[in-house]
Amino acid sequence: MSEHDDHHRHDDDHHHPHAAPPNPYLEKRRNGEESAALAARVRAIEALVVAKGLATTAALDRMVERYEHDLGPMNGARVVARAWTDPAYKARLLDNATAAIAELGYGGLQGEHMVVVENTDSVHNVVVCTLCSCYPWPVLGLPPAWYKDAPYRSRVVIDPRGVLADFGTELEPDVEVRVWDSSAEVRYLVLPQRPPGTADMREEELAALVTRDAMIGVTRLAAP
Amino acid sequence: MNGIHDLGGLTCFGPVVREANEPVFHEDWERRTFALMMLTGAALGPIDSYRHAIERMDPLRYLQTTYYEHWLAGLERLVVERALADAPPARNTVTAEVVDAVVAAGISAERASDDFAPRFAIGDRVVAKNLNPRDHTRLPRYVRGRQGVIAAIQGNHVFPDTAAHLAGENPQPLYSVRFAARELWGPQAAPQDCLYVDLWESYLEAATS
Repeated sequence: MSEHDDHHRHDDDHHHPHAAPPNPYLEKRRNGEESAALAARVRAIEALVVAKGLATTAALDRMVERYEHDLGPMNGARVVARAWTDPAYKARLLDNATAAIAELGYGGLQGEHMVVVENTDSVHNVVVCTLCSCYPWPVLGLPPAWYKDAPYRSRVVIDPRGVLADFGTELEPDVEVRVWDSSAEVRYLVLPQRPPGTADMREEELAALVTRDAMIGVTRLAAP
Repeated sequence: MNGIHDLGGLTCFGPVVREANEPVFHEDWERRTFALMMLTGAALGPIDSYRHAIERMDPLRYLQTTYYEHWLAGLERLVVERALADAPPARNTVTAEVVDAVVAAGISAERASDDFAPRFAIGDRVVAKNLNPRDHTRLPRYVRGRQGVIAAIQGNHVFPDTAAHLAGENPQPLYSVRFAARELWGPQAAPQDCLYVDLWESYLEAATS
């Protein structure tokens, strides 16, 4: 019955902006007993994988290290800042994103086929994977939980303006919203609009303004 | 299969709830699960097989468990289905020294071919077929039977419907198809809004109207 108890705790902890059923799948397995059981299941698989010589324990450690520390939205932010400051780079980025992103040294797993889509005054892009959790790892790292959970994946395709409002993003009624569902191995990155008041800023300063959520397309960047 | 993973268009899950200062992993077993999924492809892959393993989770469990529990359930299913415990030792072991090269190289789904001859051109009107296969597919239910326009040709890509079942890569043209939001969701959608979905050629037929 612990899952049932989690329900109620969840409801008590969050004041939803509108009536909604409880979201049990959003709960993290923080209690010791469940975590211990999950850890034991994972250890059994790891022992088998290592015993069969598929991968070494050190290789698994290294894999974790790369994605926990090296890869993240700071990479995508560099791409965006370069596009804002270098029109020729921006043209290459919109024409062949995989190659243009590789110019800055990024690429590889889950970024083999990149497409960059540009936000303008009249077009707003937002990215999702309704079927699983596809996401451009080389430029954004691993996705946040909300990107992988049911509320976002289900609703952003049918009610993108409502989902953006969950993020505090209010779009003008005449803006065209383009939702990109990553149903194949193509990965999408949103090129946000350069915020006002940044004309004098250098590329490195601009990169510091760029957020993960703006590159998914759920927020717009405010003036600094 | 028409599984619980195919969530597009449901509106019953409430608002998106974010976690402030979310870590990459919440627990150490999540770290190990992630790495195990990434480095066992030679025995348990390709990626389509992992996805299909997750899709076959019990639907209630799917909704009640966290993301890396999905991955763990998929790993466990594939370990059993591929009889890893009875398999001979792997011929190539992934070591720490090669992980960086694996991450940097990626695993391309594109299969360049001299015979590449996409049936549709940019601007062509197409309909997503009303297919309901029992096995793996990447054709979301919400576009089936709906009309759209070819927006881009993405290349010659491995076909997940067969690759997931180790029944061949069968690469074929992959298209970005633009659907008007109103075509999918009716008059409640804004008239100018649209969705882009990547669809393989065999999911599509020419529009007749």
